[in-house]
Amino acid sequence: MTLLERDPQAPAAWRGNLPVTSRYTYGIAGEKFFRALKDEGKIMGAECPTCGITYVPARAFCERGLSELTEWTDVGLVGELHTFTLVFVDYDGRPLYEPELVGFVSFGDGGIVHKLEADPDTLEIGMKMEAVLKPKTKRTGSILDIQHFKPVK
Amino acid sequence: MRKVAVIGAGMTKFVRRALETPKELSWHAAKMALDSCELTMDDIEATCFGTAPDAFDGVHMNGEYASDGAAGWGKPYMRSYVGGGTGVFNPIQGWYHVASGMFDVVMIVAEEKMSSFYPHAQAAFVTIFDHTTERALKPNLLWIFALEMNRYMTTYGIKKEDIARVSVQHKRNAAGHPCALLGEPNITVEDVLNSETLAWPVQRFDVSPVSDGAVAIILAAEHVAKRLTSKPVWIEGVGWYLDSAYWTNRDLVYPRYVEYAAKMAYDMAGIKEPRKEIHIAEPYDPFDYKALHHLEGLQLADRGKAVELYINGTAARDGNMPVCPSGGLLGVGNPIAAAGLMKIAELFWQLRGEAGERQVPGQPKRGVAQAWGDLMQVGTVVVMGR
Amino acid sequence: MTSRIKNFPGTSLSEKDFADGKALFVHDELKADYAWDTGVGIGAYLASLKRGQILGARCDHCRKIVVPPRTVCEWCFKPMSEYVPVQDTGTVNTFSLCYVTWDVQRITEPEIPAVIMLDGASELSESSVIMGGIMHKLGEVDPKKVHIGMRVQAVWKPESEREGAITDILYFKPI
Repeated sequence: MTLLERDPQAPAAWRGNLPVTSRYTYGIAGEKFFRALKDEGKIMGAECPTCGITYVPARAFCERGLSELTEWTDVGLVGELHTFTLVFVDYDGRPLYEPELVGFVSFGDGGIVHKLEADPDTLEIGMKMEAVLKPKTKRTGSILDIQHFKPVK
Repeated sequence: MRKVAVIGAGMTKFVRRALETPKELSWHAAKMALDSCELTMDDIEATCFGTAPDAFDGVHMNGEYASDGAAGWGKPYMRSYVGGGTGVFNPIQGWYHVASGMFDVVMIVAEEKMSSFYPHAQAAFVTIFDHTTERALKPNLLWIFALEMNRYMTTYGIKKEDIARVSVQHKRNAAGHPCALLGEPNITVEDVLNSETLAWPVQRFDVSPVSDGAVAIILAAEHVAKRLTSKPVWIEGVGWYLDSAYWTNRDLVYPRYVEYAAKMAYDMAGIKEPRKEIHIAEPYDPFDYKALHHLEGLQLADRGKAVELYINGTAARDGNMPVCPSGGLLGVGNPIAAAGLMKIAELFWQLRGEAGERQVPGQPKRGVAQAWGDLMQVGTVVVMGR
Repeated sequence: MTSRIKNFPGTSLSEKDFADGKALFVHDELKADYAWDTGVGIGAYLASLKRGQILGARCDHCRKIVVPPRTVCEWCFKPMSEYVPVQDTGTVNTFSLCYVTWDVQRITEPEIPAVIMLDGASELSESSVIMGGIMHKLGEVDPKKVHIGMRVQAVWKPESEREGAITDILYFKPI
């Protein structure tokens, strides 16, 4: 049994891309959550009365029982630092000139992954972190309406 | 193998652009399916999810992303994918979950949010052609359908105005579907023939619309189904089959992949004469000629003769073998994976006598649903009966 | 059940809703750039195109010659026996007159995509459902005169401009 061989003149690779461009709607929950952030400067959670879970960011439904979540509450701008990391490379793997602090700040039974503005040496898991919002006129209804989280003084 | 029944179903409206996210569309359909048979998430033992290429929703690993809305939390959960065939493969996947004895109650959810691809979802399809040997020619998805349609109609001498009857009938049927995007009670063959020529012989109204939507059904093992409902609809046969991935290496005139999938499903269902034993057909109809092509693959018409079912009234809602009483993809809409599962939901409602305005007369006993996809090479078939 | 439910979920948006700020949204793109290895079969195909030749592969077990060449025969799952050059002439198996580009721009002069069954490759027959066809475009032809069964020949780029791509053939024209 002989196998077909590679043509020595064959090009090694064919280059191309997947041209995928998207427009994502925010959806039922996203509309409410991001408008509250933009217009009122609030981070909203949604509580499931059956499970006793508070989802942050708020969602339209409880994933455990699929019931609609109608009890939305303002969970405030201060959460707890659940974990953090100092990132030295960008997403292409290139070294960053300035390392970037990223953390997961928990609110209720959920939380938000965002940038942290702090001296890394002073950070401790469990410490209180506060969301720093852009000024209202600059907010667009985006997760970037939160500029970063910083330790509560 | 254990007997498996469909016991509940739910769906969203099919719309051109939905506000809801893929998670939320899935949730709406799954919740409605649960409510329809008075079950809760605690009763669901496993979940099967279906969605077409990630490029449409624009979410890499869309199965994982949508899992919370698709009733996947805390369950054995898996996404299956065979392109456009997914929506009818999904219940097959669910069927073997239950038939095998692994699970008694399984949720099936299929979702698509094509509008996320912006500006036009059609452009996403350039990526399904071979990246090295075909994409350099900058193909539009329509090419492949237009090429197949031309080969089909030329080989058998079928007139365009007769093929247009398919689109007319399906869109008129869809006028009775509360979730339909393109229900048109008064559309005529002339309207189809006067619509914009996109890729001759394909014109705008020959094509189903890009859509967003979700559908869910619930499957149960016999002992559970009989306890929960007096009207279980049984999955009597399933089949799936793949032809060559080199679509230019086979004759586009006849879908052998559908024939083999159908024969597998008919064998399992004990069907010897499908034209007598199938009362309702829901062939996959993303394009009007495609319904004809697939009816032939399903052995419900001789080769090149399916159009006669439309000409002589057999395929009408009150005909001897109604075809796409739902309104099909041409009328209800084509959120890819969800569109296939919509056909299964339609058979469920039709066979239970719950299809409202769309109800086929004569208390039909058995139906077949079929979908097709990948690079025009996969056939998926489900036979359902009561 | 559809007969019992009056209001199905799902909220339809129009383009105006986006323009008017009634629906929040975000644009993004998938950054997915690739260098796909050509591999054995397609590598040979591209190299032969650069030489002005269309290459197929033959399976001695199935007695089929298919294009493009591949290393395994999917029908019998044995290794393909040999590379076989096929002719750059062939027969139009099917065609379309397409008035939209891949990214849905309207055009007035149609593109004419076609499946071309190449001479020297396997043909469809009573006993064979496998053929050696490729997708390409037709040119130098009045769209009204194109028909299935038409005999065509490849029009190549000048040798110096060929790069080892399917586009080294500009199009097929009537013989």
